[in-house]
Amino acid sequence: MEALAMHISNGIIDGPVAAVFAAFALAAMTICVLRGRRDLDDRLAPMAGLVAAFIFAVQMLNFPIFTAGVSGHLLGGALAAMLVGPWVGALCVAVVLIVQALVFGDGGVAMLGLNITNMAVLGTAAAYLLIALLLRVLPRTPAGLGVTAFVSALVSVVVAAMGFVVQYRLGGTTDLGGNLTGLAGTMAGVHLLIGIGEGLITATTVVTVAKVRPDLVYALRGLRRPAHAPAPAVEAVGGVR
Amino acid sequence: MRKRSWGFVVGGLLVALLLAGVVSNLASSHPDGLDSSLREGCTVDAEGEISGGSCPAQRETEHEVGGPLADYGVAGVDNDLLSTGLSGVVGVLLTFALAGGVFWLVRRRGPEAGDSADQGSTPPGDTADRRGTPAGTAS
Repeated sequence: MEALAMHISNGIIDGPVAAVFAAFALAAMTICVLRGRRDLDDRLAPMAGLVAAFIFAVQMLNFPIFTAGVSGHLLGGALAAMLVGPWVGALCVAVVLIVQALVFGDGGVAMLGLNITNMAVLGTAAAYLLIALLLRVLPRTPAGLGVTAFVSALVSVVVAAMGFVVQYRLGGTTDLGGNLTGLAGTMAGVHLLIGIGEGLITATTVVTVAKVRPDLVYALRGLRRPAHAPAPAVEAVGGVR
Repeated sequence: MRKRSWGFVVGGLLVALLLAGVVSNLASSHPDGLDSSLREGCTVDAEGEISGGSCPAQRETEHEVGGPLADYGVAGVDNDLLSTGLSGVVGVLLTFALAGGVFWLVRRRGPEAGDSADQGSTPPGDTADRRGTPAGTAS
């Protein structure tokens, strides 16, 4: 059976560039701990643990995309950002990547900074920027929430993929003749398709959680302030932002 | 934290265990987007091993750790279904323990923060300019 490797393996990016990104990832994660701490209360902490465990589980579920011989899997940045916010969300994805690298031999340990930068930092950041924007312009309905989750997830996957292309430009170990267009095009195309899967999984999960426990969806908290007063039950609390 | 939230976490964990322990066996075994992009230019044989050509994936080197759960299987367990499922279950529990443990340790321990009333309200004055700040679009 084909060995399952989902993340950047050793030898793909050279050591110095990997080290620089390790330092960057460490700095980013430190900021996430400092900022995320403010969000992490007795209720969010176990929820965030669940989100990390859920992302680990769903990352194992490689799904076929409509290109022969290629599969995709969840990255999870958008899902985490929607459910537990950007700071804690990025940490959730990072914990998954650390467990995968140290225990499951997936993604080189020396490459961890690169993988965390792409999926935990870039993916989550891109997703959250879109979430913050879309939740303001789209109707506050399950459909609006679903579209927000779908679009932010799709874009986050492509952004993470492009992060890798930049890293490969800086420290790729195979000389592509200075021409990255081929790799960039392939990565973008494949991850656009994977992004559709990511979007469907993220939207389904977030809408389901919102239906069962809307108070556990971080992205919905900001909408509780009395603005246009659409949802009285939720608006009553107010003042979160 | 109220009981109901713990119920949700336990329920969610069961779903994750089911996905990683059982559904994972239905996963596609084709290389993922990254892997396949790095194999462009190479030919692969029926086993999925690179057999010729030239591509970035050829520079791949050994993993530093490996370990008994490497490649999402349990070393020594021959049954593929069992091996994959068990590794998934261990991974979910390990990830939950590690993430949940770290988050619990660094959590904010304010007076009843997030636990009062119902909707996760936080102490007034403590919340301004917090939510959504990364987007820089708050209000």
